[in-house]
Amino acid sequence: MSYLITDNWNHIIAFHHIVALIYKMALNKEQIAKRIAQELQDGFYVNLGIGIPTLVANYIPEGVNVVLQSENGLLGMGPFPFAGEEDADLINAGKQTITTLPGSAFFDSAMSFGMIRAGKVDLTVLGAMEVSENGDIANWKIPKKMVKGMGGAMDLVAAAKNIIVAMQHTNPKGESKLLPACSLPLTGVNCVRKIVSDLGVFDVTPNGFVCIEYAPGVTIEEIRSKTAGKLTISPDVKEMTV
Amino acid sequence: MNKVVANADEAVRDIPSGATLMLGGFGLCGIPENCIASLVKQGTKDLTCISNNAGVDGFGIGLLLENKQVKKMISSYVGENAEFERQLLSGELEVELVPQGTLATRCMATGYGMPAVFLQAGYGTEVAEGKEVREFNGKNYLMELAFDSDFAIVKAWKGDKMGNLIFKDTARNFNPLMAMAGKITIAEVEELVEPGELDPNYIHTPGIYVHRIFQGKDYEKRIEQRTVRQR
Repeated sequence: MSYLITDNWNHIIAFHHIVALIYKMALNKEQIAKRIAQELQDGFYVNLGIGIPTLVANYIPEGVNVVLQSENGLLGMGPFPFAGEEDADLINAGKQTITTLPGSAFFDSAMSFGMIRAGKVDLTVLGAMEVSENGDIANWKIPKKMVKGMGGAMDLVAAAKNIIVAMQHTNPKGESKLLPACSLPLTGVNCVRKIVSDLGVFDVTPNGFVCIEYAPGVTIEEIRSKTAGKLTISPDVKEMTV
Repeated sequence: MNKVVANADEAVRDIPSGATLMLGGFGLCGIPENCIASLVKQGTKDLTCISNNAGVDGFGIGLLLENKQVKKMISSYVGENAEFERQLLSGELEVELVPQGTLATRCMATGYGMPAVFLQAGYGTEVAEGKEVREFNGKNYLMELAFDSDFAIVKAWKGDKMGNLIFKDTARNFNPLMAMAGKITIAEVEELVEPGELDPNYIHTPGIYVHRIFQGKDYEKRIEQRTVRQR
């Protein structure tokens, strides 16, 4: 009897260990968004790009009030409308139907990029295909594939004072997206200051990528092996809290 | 002063083949549906269209593309359109991709009578090829030129017979900028009213920029991405 109990217990422990290993291998998209949301400060005006950046809006910390900017001409973007209340005249930059909030404001496209260019928008979060160790970003064009256009990405990266890139650390082939130099056509030069990937948080400095946090369960060795660009580990590196 | 025309057919009748047009809208939001339909009916060819997007298959500028009326698109984002892709890859269509803020600001410069503006967007990328670079306060800027557009076609929510316009929500987007930038500006409106019925405090585009205005009809206002939440 006693043997059986012990045996079950060991199985349970082993099972938990496996789940923990799987769970802790790297961050999922929601966790990347959640970690970026920790960068939001009360009173920030924020532009969120399409994809993982959009998810950041779901994790705005309690007590932090931010105003979301949509570059097609809205400050104070609210949630999706209730079914039946969609308005074709009210969309975000991803062409999705949205709503306003108390205090929202509309404006034209020149003013929209004017406020970005003039540094009024505190934080821009966007995705990337590649980032180089000097902060160049490529996220709009793959040669020989259909080019859809850069939309507002070049304007945002050229002018925003604080840019966080949200992305997977490697591409589907397993190749590093943090490179010595971008191989794809550039969206902007020397502009990315921070990356949150599924493996960790990285500052982009004059000295290359600096790992300041690693995702739970991810080893520094894994980060080193998957970062092609110049990488240093911060002496204060710590495990990420998500 | 009579700016009112009967309908879209009359408003676009003198647009010749080979003309350069600005077309307002972002995606399918705030596009001049009536004038696009009349241009399709009229069959005006070899158009150069300055518009943030190129419509979708079967709607917006997509209708002009299907009818092979467009020679060149000047846009920031041209996805969501299979016919566009086919024409581009076959070499039938020329495309100039311009960063969205640069596109908007070049429209603005035109309407403000400025020949060029200096913008950071695209510096160090292929967008910068052939452009003059100037350094201000340690940062590099591209010299971007104002547009030369024969016609601007915009869609407003309300307008009066003097040409004053008010736009609704995010359907404003490029419309007021392009309204200022056309040598001839055509405005189609959902509600055309008498002078005095619009509060002068709330006019987005003063009538001086608008040459032709008409009461639009049968707006479809198609939605590209219908996103909703549960109650």
